[in-house]
Amino acid sequence: MEDNILVVKNLSKEFPIYKGFLRRSNMSVKAVNNVSFEIRRGETLGLVGESGSGKTTLGRLVLRAMEPTAGEIVYNFADEKSVDILKLKKKQLYKIRSKIQMVFQDPYSSLNPRMTVRDIIAETLVANKTMSRSEIDNRVREIADLCKLNLEHLRRFPHAFSGGQRQRIGIARALAVNPEFVVCDESVSALDVSVQAEIINLFKELQVIKDITYLFIAHDLSIVEHISDRIIVMYLGQIVEEADKKTLFENPMHPYTEALMSAIPEPDPLRKMAPIFLEGEIPNPINPPTGCYFHPRCHYATERCKKEMPCRRCFGNHKVACHRAEELHLKQYIKY
Amino acid sequence: MKIQDDNSKIKYYTASQWQLIWWRFRKHRLSIVGITILSIFLIFALFPEFFAPYGPTQRNGENVFCPPSKIVFKNADGKFSPVPHVYGFKRERNKETLKMEYVVDETNIQSLKFFVKGEKYKLFGILPGSIHIYGVENGFVHLWGTDNMARDVFSRTIFATRSSLSIGVLGLFIAFVIGLVIGGVSGYFGGWVDNFIQRLTEFIRSIPTYPLWMGVAAAMPKEWSPKTVYFMMTIILGFIGWTTLARRIRSQIIAIREADFIVAAKLCGASDMRIIFKHMIPTFISYIIVDLTISFPNMILSETSLSFLGLGLRPPVTSWGVLLKAAQNIDTIMSSPWMLIPSIFVILAVLSFSFVGDGLRDAADPYSEKS
Repeated sequence: MEDNILVVKNLSKEFPIYKGFLRRSNMSVKAVNNVSFEIRRGETLGLVGESGSGKTTLGRLVLRAMEPTAGEIVYNFADEKSVDILKLKKKQLYKIRSKIQMVFQDPYSSLNPRMTVRDIIAETLVANKTMSRSEIDNRVREIADLCKLNLEHLRRFPHAFSGGQRQRIGIARALAVNPEFVVCDESVSALDVSVQAEIINLFKELQVIKDITYLFIAHDLSIVEHISDRIIVMYLGQIVEEADKKTLFENPMHPYTEALMSAIPEPDPLRKMAPIFLEGEIPNPINPPTGCYFHPRCHYATERCKKEMPCRRCFGNHKVACHRAEELHLKQYIKY
Repeated sequence: MKIQDDNSKIKYYTASQWQLIWWRFRKHRLSIVGITILSIFLIFALFPEFFAPYGPTQRNGENVFCPPSKIVFKNADGKFSPVPHVYGFKRERNKETLKMEYVVDETNIQSLKFFVKGEKYKLFGILPGSIHIYGVENGFVHLWGTDNMARDVFSRTIFATRSSLSIGVLGLFIAFVIGLVIGGVSGYFGGWVDNFIQRLTEFIRSIPTYPLWMGVAAAMPKEWSPKTVYFMMTIILGFIGWTTLARRIRSQIIAIREADFIVAAKLCGASDMRIIFKHMIPTFISYIIVDLTISFPNMILSETSLSFLGLGLRPPVTSWGVLLKAAQNIDTIMSSPWMLIPSIFVILAVLSFSFVGDGLRDAADPYSEKS
């Protein structure tokens, strides 16, 4: 059995921009730009970055909810040889669907308002056509119980539930088929802080029980810090830093990571926060800056950064795309 | 909706969409009135043989242009009676104008009987029967008078309900099926397919309808039987009516195509068909039903106006339009205004459909209300 459940190689997604009467495409947005990474079996990989950095697109590409422009997405499932899901035909893809699932960001728009909770959770099982009705019923009850849903509520429609309950329904739907890999696309960012904690703990519990690998997408570093084993930082469609959690927080090597970490809210009112303010907004991906994409907002940028795009370099398990990675001494995140 | 106790709360939370729609719909007084009238029309349309005292083409003796009979609650002795009675008519020549006129015959009073035996008929073409809801034993009763061929206007109006409503239903059904398929394909697949279909729709919409109908009516061979003409009419109405509906369906599908729960269904491994029929259509079907209800009056009015212009149905088929065509000339309206009574049916039907459509539109999205 392979150690990595998912290996992504040189994945890119471009959205063409149509303009004018003939709708010719002469420009494109590179939402995900030549991204490579792997996820180990059983781990939780955190994916962070500000809005527009391509996190969600990457999450959807990995599940082939969107067609990438280029690249490879190879899964190594427990019972099979490795498969590149981009090469699968529609019918073969249906079979894989039960092993890779997704928990959505918005618990309101991700549940069909016309279906009962039972039908929503059972959808994957029904679509797979392998189980009888009573088997499906049992499975739905079992998974609803695991996700701490009241079994009485299965007959209800989604409008009867609060955000946290709805998100648990979404989780139950994703886990009903016993997936090996789940993408959580900002799955807690639409929830209250108290509910966030509850849902994150549920994710963790279920990971232990069901042996699931997560790709956990978030823009909130403190949540990612809580749940992840390893973290990938994305900026403008590219991975800028990749390391295990401890290394990343103790020794950030990319200025963007440093800025992100400095912005984590400080719960102690007596301690003063010292956020590093990034000037401007994330650049327009239609027309990205030359050299390092981050240089217009970077406090440490040099002439070289403006001209040359940095390669990703490995320092052990720590991968960084910055020219000045070794020389900079960036602030670490201190947690109290 | 206010939720008082736990029981009604559970009822509310587990209610299906249709239950919620019904709960909200029944609060609409006018819609309830509308739906009652429509149900009565529907019953008329299903069993006209029973509700009409005479057949649609049955001639009643010499009683051409006979005025409506008056209903009185008196018996032959002139005393009050709870049973309604009607007077017969005598035909007399007016000494001054030399016209034949109907004069109430006070000596000929008849009690109006209910569930009487009359002309034999076959319900739905199979069940034989001869019971009519009302009638008299001797002579004739014409509550709404008779027409130029001594046919009972009330009976004809009841029979016309069937063809007028069914032409609306069938035309709308055809329009709905075409609209659903074309709009669905256009919205779901998008791209050049969508572009092509939309341009085609625009082309069809740009054809002026009345000249088109006149052309089609002229193209229909005269030797076609009225029944064939009837079916052609429904098909024509359907083929012209689908465009608006197709656009609505397309826009609805585009609106939810990118919704998270559709992506979720895709990721669940649901097939395209399952996504369209199980996930997409149920989310907007209520709006489409509202649309259908609101466009129903259009269908009825199209049929009526076409027949009125002489382009649509032809006698001996009876429809509201055909009946009104008989009341077209000023002479008829002057001498026998009761020939216009069928127009009340048209107005009632159109108004009722509009009211029901209004109520449905308000009730269609039961989740818009926060509990």
